[in-house]
Amino acid sequence: MYPFDYQRPTTLSEALEILRTDVEPRLLAGGQTLLPAMKHRLTAHSTLIDLQAITALCGITVQDTTITIAAMTRHAEVAASADILARIPALSALAGGIADPLVRNMGTLGGSVANNDPAADYPAAVLALGATIHTDRRQIAADAFFTGMFSTALQRDEILTAISFRRPDAAGYFKVPNPASGYVTCGAFVARFGAITRVAINGAGPCVFRDSAAEATLSADFTPDIARTLRFDPEELNEDLHAAKTYRAQILPHVIRRAVIRALA
Amino acid sequence: MTRNAPLTLTVNGREVSRTIPPQMLLVEFLREELRLTGPHVGCDTTQCGCCAVHLDGQVVKACTVLAMQAQGHVVQTIEGMAGATLHPMQQAFIDHHALQCGYCTPGMIMTCIAVARDHAPLTEAEARRQLEGNICRCTGYNNIVAALLDGQARMQGGDDVSV
Repeated sequence: MYPFDYQRPTTLSEALEILRTDVEPRLLAGGQTLLPAMKHRLTAHSTLIDLQAITALCGITVQDTTITIAAMTRHAEVAASADILARIPALSALAGGIADPLVRNMGTLGGSVANNDPAADYPAAVLALGATIHTDRRQIAADAFFTGMFSTALQRDEILTAISFRRPDAAGYFKVPNPASGYVTCGAFVARFGAITRVAINGAGPCVFRDSAAEATLSADFTPDIARTLRFDPEELNEDLHAAKTYRAQILPHVIRRAVIRALA
Repeated sequence: MTRNAPLTLTVNGREVSRTIPPQMLLVEFLREELRLTGPHVGCDTTQCGCCAVHLDGQVVKACTVLAMQAQGHVVQTIEGMAGATLHPMQQAFIDHHALQCGYCTPGMIMTCIAVARDHAPLTEAEARRQLEGNICRCTGYNNIVAALLDGQARMQGGDDVSV
């Protein structure tokens, strides 16, 4: 790990001040992705700004039709929340299936979403549920947030503070994880709002994405078997050590089918 | 230029203070500064769980936590789990022969204690799922799962004194 300074601000404005004035600062949430990257010397920073002491970034709030989860909420807390289980069980299940229990005790919603790893779980839920991302200065719709591999609409000195999820009529998430790393090889989060179905696919492309053909098909007929008719162009999908793009194209309809089965369960 | 930073935290019930480089990992701090060599460095890539410790009662991978993140917090390692007698989970590991080389054992036990405490009586399938973050290369896991299930029963039987 390259050397760095460590700061633990207690307010958002203090954190923003360091972000604006430091040379190469980086926000530290749970650190479950950032610290491994730093250990491999893939990234170096002048200062790590640990957000754990900022109380405004903690907690789960329930309104009528939405749940707002603050950025520093751990995956284990989301998975254990009775409020979330009662309203968006697919989100509970997703959080409870991230990595392993030890990582879930440190990793955070905000860290995962701001990092936007194509193989991360949370971005699929954020996009499919049409969530709203709150920052220190504005609100960003999920559709405008994920801009590319490891990149988001966040500005360099902007802090993700919370995410609001709308309650869907039905939702389900299914992923095929890499058997060794647990990262998503292909995943799909489906969410039904009235007659409209949103489908977000993760792990398969350079960035989480919605598939309009799958959405049109499932909006017309929200049944598992219709998902078998979906087709994906391998040329638009990832190819890596673990899976060929043709394999990803082949399994995606089945991944979506399983997600629909879970949504209907 | 980066500066060393003061760190104070509670480890196994004792408050300790040091001045350390901020890039020091929690597992390095425990092993090298405090000579608590129970938490092992196995993979160093957040996979194997040999470094597992409790941070404010939650089991975490100490190779993927900065020591500075534990500033002001409470850490427990395997060295702090036994009182006058072994922790019931430690005893269950012995009774079920849930170890071979023993390298993964401190982390396994720390995970098992947390899992046993936080979950209603575990089924075997759920026990296996909860051990997903700890890798053992030699036992085949059957004895570890048996120890976890029995250890949970012993902890709920009231002889758990240290969690």
